Formats: sequence, C-alpha cells, structure tokens
Amino acid sequence: MGLLRKIRDTGQVAEPAPPRPEGGVPPQAREFGGSVQVRCVDAGSCNGCEIEIAAAFNPVYDAERYGARLVASPRHADVALVTGPVTRNMAEPLRRTVAAMPEPRLVVAVGDCAINCGEFAGGYGVEGAVSDVVPVDLAVPGCPPRPDEIVAALRRVTGR
Amino acid sequence: MNTVGYAAIVLQVGAVVAGAPLLTGLMRQTRARLEGRAGAGVLQPWRDVRKLLRKEPITPVGTGPAFRWAPPVLVATSLVLAVLVPLVSTESPVRGRADLIVVVALLALGTVALALAGLDTGTAFGGMGASREMTIAALVEPTILMAVFALSIPAGSTNLPVIVAGAADEPARLTSPAGLLAIAALSVAVLAETGRLPVDNPSTHLELTMVHEAMVLEYAGPDLALVEFGAQLRLTVLLGLLASLFAPWGIATSASSLAAVLLALVLVVLKVAVLGTVLAAAEVFWAKLRLFRVPELLAGSFLLALLAVTASYFMGGEGGQ
Amino acid sequence: MSLIPAALATATVLGVAGAPAGLVLPPRVRGWVVGVLTAGVGVAGGTAGVAALGGSRWSAEVPGLLPLAGTHLAVDALSGLFMAVAGAVVAAVAVYGIGYVTGHGSHGSYGLGSRGAQAVLPLFALSLLLVPAAASVSTFLLLWELMALTSLLLVLAEHRARPAVLQAGVWYAVMTHLGLVLLLAGLSVYAAQAGGETFAALRAGTAGISPTLRGLVFVLTAVAFTSKAGLVPLHAWLPRAHPEAPSAVSALMSAAMVNLGVYGLVRVGFDLLGGGPAWWWLLVMAMGGLSAVYGILQAAMASDLKRLLAYSTSENMGLVVLGVGAAGLFAHAGNDAPAGLALAAALLHVVNHSAFKALLFGAAGSVLRATGERNLDLLGGLRARMPVTAGLFAVGALGAVALPPGNGFISEWLLLQSMIHGLEVPGVTTAIVLPLAVAVIALSAGLAAAVFVKALGVGFFARPRGEPATAAKESPPLMLAGMGLLAALCAALALVPGLLGGGLDRAVEAAGLTGTRPVAGGGLRVRLEEVSATLSPLWVIAALVVALGSVMATVNWATRRRQRRTQARLWDCGGGAPTPRMAYTATSFAEPLQRVFDDVLAPEQDVDVTPVRESAYLVERVEFRNRVPDRIEHRLYQPVLDLLAAAGQSARRLAGGSVHTYLGYGFVGLITLLVVLVVGW
Repeated sequence: MGLLRKIRDTGQVAEPAPPRPEGGVPPQAREFGGSVQVRCVDAGSCNGCEIEIAAAFNPVYDAERYGARLVASPRHADVALVTGPVTRNMAEPLRRTVAAMPEPRLVVAVGDCAINCGEFAGGYGVEGAVSDVVPVDLAVPGCPPRPDEIVAALRRVTGR
Repeated sequence: MNTVGYAAIVLQVGAVVAGAPLLTGLMRQTRARLEGRAGAGVLQPWRDVRKLLRKEPITPVGTGPAFRWAPPVLVATSLVLAVLVPLVSTESPVRGRADLIVVVALLALGTVALALAGLDTGTAFGGMGASREMTIAALVEPTILMAVFALSIPAGSTNLPVIVAGAADEPARLTSPAGLLAIAALSVAVLAETGRLPVDNPSTHLELTMVHEAMVLEYAGPDLALVEFGAQLRLTVLLGLLASLFAPWGIATSASSLAAVLLALVLVVLKVAVLGTVLAAAEVFWAKLRLFRVPELLAGSFLLALLAVTASYFMGGEGGQ
Repeated sequence: MSLIPAALATATVLGVAGAPAGLVLPPRVRGWVVGVLTAGVGVAGGTAGVAALGGSRWSAEVPGLLPLAGTHLAVDALSGLFMAVAGAVVAAVAVYGIGYVTGHGSHGSYGLGSRGAQAVLPLFALSLLLVPAAASVSTFLLLWELMALTSLLLVLAEHRARPAVLQAGVWYAVMTHLGLVLLLAGLSVYAAQAGGETFAALRAGTAGISPTLRGLVFVLTAVAFTSKAGLVPLHAWLPRAHPEAPSAVSALMSAAMVNLGVYGLVRVGFDLLGGGPAWWWLLVMAMGGLSAVYGILQAAMASDLKRLLAYSTSENMGLVVLGVGAAGLFAHAGNDAPAGLALAAALLHVVNHSAFKALLFGAAGSVLRATGERNLDLLGGLRARMPVTAGLFAVGALGAVALPPGNGFISEWLLLQSMIHGLEVPGVTTAIVLPLAVAVIALSAGLAAAVFVKALGVGFFARPRGEPATAAKESPPLMLAGMGLLAALCAALALVPGLLGGGLDRAVEAAGLTGTRPVAGGGLRVRLEEVSATLSPLWVIAALVVALGSVMATVNWATRRRQRRTQARLWDCGGGAPTPRMAYTATSFAEPLQRVFDDVLAPEQDVDVTPVRESAYLVERVEFRNRVPDRIEHRLYQPVLDLLAAAGQSARRLAGGSVHTYLGYGFVGLITLLVVLVVGW
C-alpha cells in the first residue's frame, strides 16, 4: 500500500522531452526506425560515464521513451556504447563485441577518455582511444558527459 | 455459419498477430508510467520487430538445424494455438480440434524447440537457460493440464470450446471452489510459462539470473524477431485463454451473425488488455523469486490444481447423483 | 486361416536353424546368415500377429512335444498384438544387428558377433514371438524361461570387456528367476485349483476358485509380470541389464521383452481370471504410477545414455500398467466402455513405446559403436559427425517426449482421455485415484520432455566434450537401415494410428472387455464415441506445417533485401572462444531438477578439500562427487542382501571340515525323514 501511495504521489518524474537534437541521423542508423538496442562496453573507464549512462536510462531522463533499450547480448544490439580509454586487456574483447553485433551497427564513444584517452593518455596499460580499436560513428564528449547529452546522442540514432 | 466461422478465425488470428506486440507494448508502457517514466509507446515492440527484420541474420559457427529452426517452430506452434484457442467464437470450424491436451502439448513443443536451440549453441549460457527452462516447464505443463482439466470435468469434455461455452451458459461453475482453485493454479502457471515475474524477469541484463533470455542470447536479426514475436504470441494466447476460461462472457457461442463475432472480438481485446495491464501493474510490486524457490511456487500451484480436480470430481459426483 | 500356423512354423524353423548356423558358420558369414534368419523369424512371427489382429484365431495341441503335459498353442488378437509388435521390432533390429556385427567399426562388435551370442540371438527372437502363443501353463513357463535364459546369455555377451556386465548378469539372473518362482507358484496353485493346466481349463475353472486363492494367484503372477516389465519395486535388474547388454539386445529387451510382462498381466488378470476386486487393480495402478514417476526421475538424473533409456522404459511401462489397472478398476465397477478404452490406450502405448524405444536404443548403440562412450557428459557434437543417427534419435525422442507430432503423444492422449472419462465410474475410490493418475501421467510427461531434451541436446548437439566423440564416424548403412525401418514405423504410428484400428479393438475384446473403437474413422483420427474428444494427428501436423511455411515465407519476404546469412563466432563475452568444457553437461543440465526433487532422490554429495601443507586456508585441490543412487534399491534390496550374506556367513560354521560332522548330518537327516514317515504326514 505504501508503494501504491508513493506511485500516486510521485506521478510522472520524466522531464518533458527537449527538442530533437541537432545533426542528422547517421547513415547506418536510417534503417532502425525508432528502435535501438544498446549494449554497453566498459573498455577501462573510471565508471563516471557508467553512472551517467545509468542516469540517462533512469525515470528522469528516460532514454527508453525514444526507443532505446539496454540489452544483455551484443547479438541483440544495434549500438555499442563504449566508455573509457581502451585498456590492453579490453582491446580484443571490444573488437569481438563489435564484431558480434549484426549489421547495420554503430559504435558510440561516450566520454573524453573514449574519444582521446583523456586523463589516461599515455598510460602503460592503455591501448588507445576507442577509434584506434574499432571505427567510431558518434562521439559524446564530456568528463563525464551529462545524461541529456548521452540521450541526445541516442536520439540521433533512433531518429525520435 | 461457415463463412461467419471462418471469418471468426481469421479475425482472431489477425487480432492475435497484430495485437501480441501491442500487448507487450501496453504492458511496458503501464510499467513505465507506474515508475514515473514517459515510456516508449505501445507501438515500440512493432518497431523492434521491424528493425530486427531489417538486420543481418547470423548463424553462429557450430550451430545446426535445431538453432536455425527453433524460432520458426516457436512461432508456428503459437500460431496454431492462436487458431485453436476459442477467443472470439466457440462455433468456429476448428472447434472439434481445439483439444486441451493438444493445446498444452503445443505450448510444450515450442518450449522444447527453444531449449534444444539453447543447447545447440554449446555455450554455457545456452545450456543454463535450457536447463532452467526445462525444469520450469516440467512442472508447469502438468499444472496447466490439471487446472484446465479441473474445468473440463463439469463440461464432460477436454474440448476447449465446449468448456468455454459451458462456462458461459452456467457461470456458477466458475465460482465453485474447484473453479476458483483452478483459476489460481492456472494464473501461476501462465506467469511461469510466459516467463514473467516472479518466475523470470523478461528485462534482466544479468546472465546468471536469466531463464528464457539466456537461451536466446545467440539470436540476432530476423531470428531474434521471431523469438520475441513468438514469446509475445504465447503471452497473448495464454492471457486470452485465461480470459476465455474465466470470463467467457461475450464470446460468440452460436453460429449467428458477424456482428456477434465482432462484438466478441472487441470484448476479448478489452479483456486481454485489462489482464495485461493488471499483470504489468502487479509486476511493479513483485521481485523475482530465487530460481530454486520457483519450484516451491510451482509445486504449490500444482497441488492447487490437483485439489481443484479432486474437488470437481466430488462436486460432479454429487451433482450427478 | 492357415496363415498363422504356417507363419509360426516358418518362424520356428528359421529360429531353430539360426542356432546351429550361429555356432558353425565362420565369422565372416555368420552375422549375415544369422541376421537374415532372425529377420525372417521377425517377419514370419509378425505376419502371424498381424493375421491374428485381423481377426483370425488359431489353436493347436501338439501332444508329443513336451513330456507329461504336451504343448498347447493358441493365438488370438491379444497375442497377435504382442506378436506383431515383437515381430516388427525383431525384424528391424535383426537388420540393424547385421550392420552392428559385420560392419567395420572401431568399438565393440566382438560381443554380439561371437559364436555363442549369434547362436542364441535367433532363439531369443523366437521365444519373444512364441510366448504370447502359449496356451497352457507348462508351455508358457517353458517359453518364458527360454526367453529369460537366452536374454541372460545375450546380456552377458560383452562380459570380457567390462566387469559391470557380469554384475548386471548376476542381478538379472537372480531377479528373473525369482520372478519365475513366483510365476511358477502362482500358476501352479491356479492350475491345481482349476483342475487343468491349459488356458481353456483355467478359464473354465476360475469360477470355482475361492476369492482368497484367486487373489493369491493374481498377486503372485502380477508381481512376477511387473518385475519383467521393469516396474518399481522389482525393477532393479532393468537399469543394470539394459545398459550392459549389446545395444541390439537392449532394443529387443526394452521394446519386446518387457511388453510380455504387460501381456502376462492382461492375459492372466483379464482373460483367465476374468477381472477381480478393486484392490487388485489399485495395487497394479500404484505400482504403475510409482514406476512412471520414479522411472522418469531417475532417467532425468542419469548421464549414462543407455541407463537413461532403460529408466524411461520403466516409466513407459509404468504408464501402460497404470492404464491396465484403470481398465481393471472400471471393469470391476461394471463400466465396460471406459475399461475398454483404458486397456486400448495401454495397449496402444505398448505399440508406440516399442517403436520409439527400439529406435532410441538402436541410435544409442550406433553412438556407442562409433565412440565407445555412453556417458552423455563426454559426448556431444555428434549431429555433425553422425547426422543420420542424430536425426533418427531425434525422431525417437520426439516419440518419447509425448508431444505432437510424435507417436507417443497419441497414446498418452488416449490414456489421459481414458482417465478423465473414468469419472463416469461412480465411487470415492475413482474420485481419489483418477486425479492422482492424471497428475502422474502429466508429471511424467513434463519430466520426459526435460529428459529427452537432455539426451538429444547434450548428447548430440553443440560440440564434442571428449576425444571419442570428436573422432566419431557414421555407422554402417545396415544399422541405419534397421533404425530407418523403426523410424518409419514411428512416423506411421504418429500420422495414421487408425491403421491399427480394428486390431486394437479385437485385442481388447480378446481380453474380455468391450471394444470402444477409439482408433478409427478412416484411419485418420482418434475418436472417443461417448464423449466429444477428438484428436486428428494429421490435422495437427498439417496445421504446424502450414504455420511453419507461412512464417518462413513472411520472414523471407520481410528480409528479402538481406537473404545471405553470415557466419559468426559464438558470443564468448569477448573473452576468447569458449571451450567445449564450458558447455553444459548432462549432469549440470539435470542439477536444477535434482534440487527440486531432492527429497525423493536423496543425492549423495561429497566434498573433499585438500589444503596446501603450509596453511589450512590455501586450498590445493577440491574434489566434488555427486551421485544419485537408486533409492528404492538401496532401501529395499540392501537389507535383504545383507541378511542373505549374514545367513551365508553363519552357514559356513556348519561346514567345519570334519567328516564325522558331515556323517552326523546325514544320520540326523535320515532319522528325521523316518520319523516323519512313521508319524505320518
């Protein structure tokens, strides 16, 4: 009963949808038609970006309303959200993950580290940025990026 | 009668096929709203299917015919169920074929096909999912059989249209102790069979907690579309069966006019939508059971079903004498 | 009319000719000649059976053949059914056996191909066909014992290869002879009371026997017959002997020999004794129900492929006997139609079970021959290496899981219908027993699905988990042909069970019940007259095919832009290719079920942790053992065996080695005898 009352009192917490983000839909994503399954890959991040990704899918930002959904297997996924600089141990798994995704597929690099290794550039355990390992289609800069920026990137992919 | 009967079947299958993803969409939307979200809209599962059909089909190395054929078999069994189960009319041309045991067996056939596909991949997750799914199925199939069997006793037949028509004529059968026990047992079994909470969490991302999802981790593109569509069809058909068995009012029981069939169609869509919404709302309040607590739940519902059967034997015996 | 004696005579001649042929011929032609002769025995015997099913009857008396009693033979539709089943199985398995013995293969044709085994095989086949034709107690017992002895010799065929064979042989020998003793006692009492030992005399004399004695006769014979059928609690020989016998023999035993236990039960219980009080049949149903659930549970735990199949035999015979018991119960209550229906369902399940179980054992033998391995945990990947065997096993498994479009589904459907419509029979007993029976059938069907998904999925799919499975090669064509015959039989039974139609009814009527023509209607559908339940296997299959076709067509249309399927490596979580050792094994597959049924199965688990020498906290090695023993066997047999062993030990004290003591024993014995004679008996 407590939960029921809470549901009633809280109501809808999702913020009103901001206007559609700038920039067109990437060419591979044209076929998605408003449905995108997302697989997250942590290639060596400090987990700051993970927290923001989680926030992007929480009730407030609600990335799901634009047709994006997190899935458990790269076979089900259209988009890989890659965070962090790619460490040596994660380079091969990252390649395999992207290879396991059926075409058409996109790789989105989330956070400064994923784009240019950020704070960790030159570290002995770092293989390079995500684009050094797999081709990147979209980048979300920020350390960490705000959830609405992640949502905006996903909206460009879903086209909604 | 024949034209109306065939029209009823076509309408029913059309409604199930078109409505199955919508039902899932409705349930997700309900859940999203209760969680304070905006939700992706009821059409989202249809968008998912369209997208998946456009993607590349993948055959993982080392898999064989079982992996390849399981998704179409799953959908095919569900389609046959959608034809057989009396949702709109009890006077359809297939009414003689709609045997309860056949319906349960076809459900099990789909489960078995998918479990074999899970084992065919040879991955740990595939085997794990198959093992868990079969464990649950081994307990669920008997429960469904017993529960509907309890309802078949007053009707004197295992023919589903006869059972449904009988209950529509004589609603007292449903409020008898046997009917109520059977409702409870069948509801639990339907939850387990369709992989809903608290038996299985359809939106889990953690492999170790998966049952159904673990079996289908290897599917991509059109195959995955079939698997998801098949699961949605099963959910719709089973909820429809629940609605027809326990709230048969409005179903076209005589081979009369097309209008009665259309009315029945509207009613059954409403009933299934209400059931789906209630189920989705209830799921917000439930947590998933530990896997090894699930059998206790299922054993409980099996016993309920057994009680229902025994009760209706005694009631039936008294009624007869 | 003259077809039956001619066919039986042919079968006898061929079978008897096969024995010396097996003994004398050189190894190269031995397998061929014996195989062809055995197949001839099967075809001839099967023909006789089919003729009897078609309505012919035949009986004969051959006075001189046996001392004192003479030989009495009679064939009616009931015998015909069992002869037809045995004949079909024998013929197909004989073809399979030729390939098994003569084909070039790596593992284990030596056992069955040996001189002795080849000489006994035709005799075993012959005895399987003749037992149902026996029409007097002495003839029956003689043939029964011939069947037991020949099968025992065949079980022992591979005793040089594995010590377990000897142990299985001892179990089998002891239990089958205990059964014989019970049978002998029961039938002797019966014959003595009825005043004649032919079945006709027994039938006529039954009315004059007191109910207590009739009950005694029934219990003695029922225990013996259910033991032959592999029913709990006297099942212990079955999961030992069937796996250890050469696979062709396992197929014959599991698909033809155990049936004769059911035959005996029906023949004595219904035909000769003419039915009996409710408690007889409740006893039979209890044994059947217990076997069904216990058998399939043990099968679910087994990781030895042939042991799994053997326990599944126990389950299926349990279901059959459940049906037989229900038939007796209904007949006792005076409701002939449900009784006839239940018996028809039971007999139909006998037929279906024989078809798919012979096929499954054949396929298991094919695997065993190719890999030398029965352990599912080490098999796998055979689908790619032995595609035909895998496909045939799948056909058999489809029959065994009791799902459409398999043949097992039809008979289990009929069995369920007969239980459900047994509620027309009034009484508290039925109101309690029938729901339980339905629950048992439903539960065992559900578990059977898990069992055969395990056998097929773990044994044949994915990748090989061991060296032998990796090197497996497809079996010789004749083995495949033999299995192909059985698969065709399964398909025919699944598609048009109506082919059996009239025969099934005549068999039921021969047992003294009313036929209800459950399988009729143009040979296309199973139909119950008194209620509105119909099943048309052809319709279900056609509907599935149409649905499958339209699904494929829709998907092809929707994906027409991307027709090509790409190959990709398995998803390995990015961590490198999963090795076959990471795949689920049969043991891990069954683990959740083992937990669920923990209380019933009482698994024995054992963990050994060896720490390194320096510190108790650092572990060097962990050993984990998990075993699911046959609990009934442990609880029931072990005390008896211990008692016997103790008695044997104490009896050794009698034999002290002193000649005087032994002379003393003789003297005491003589005096006792004289005293008894003098005092008078």
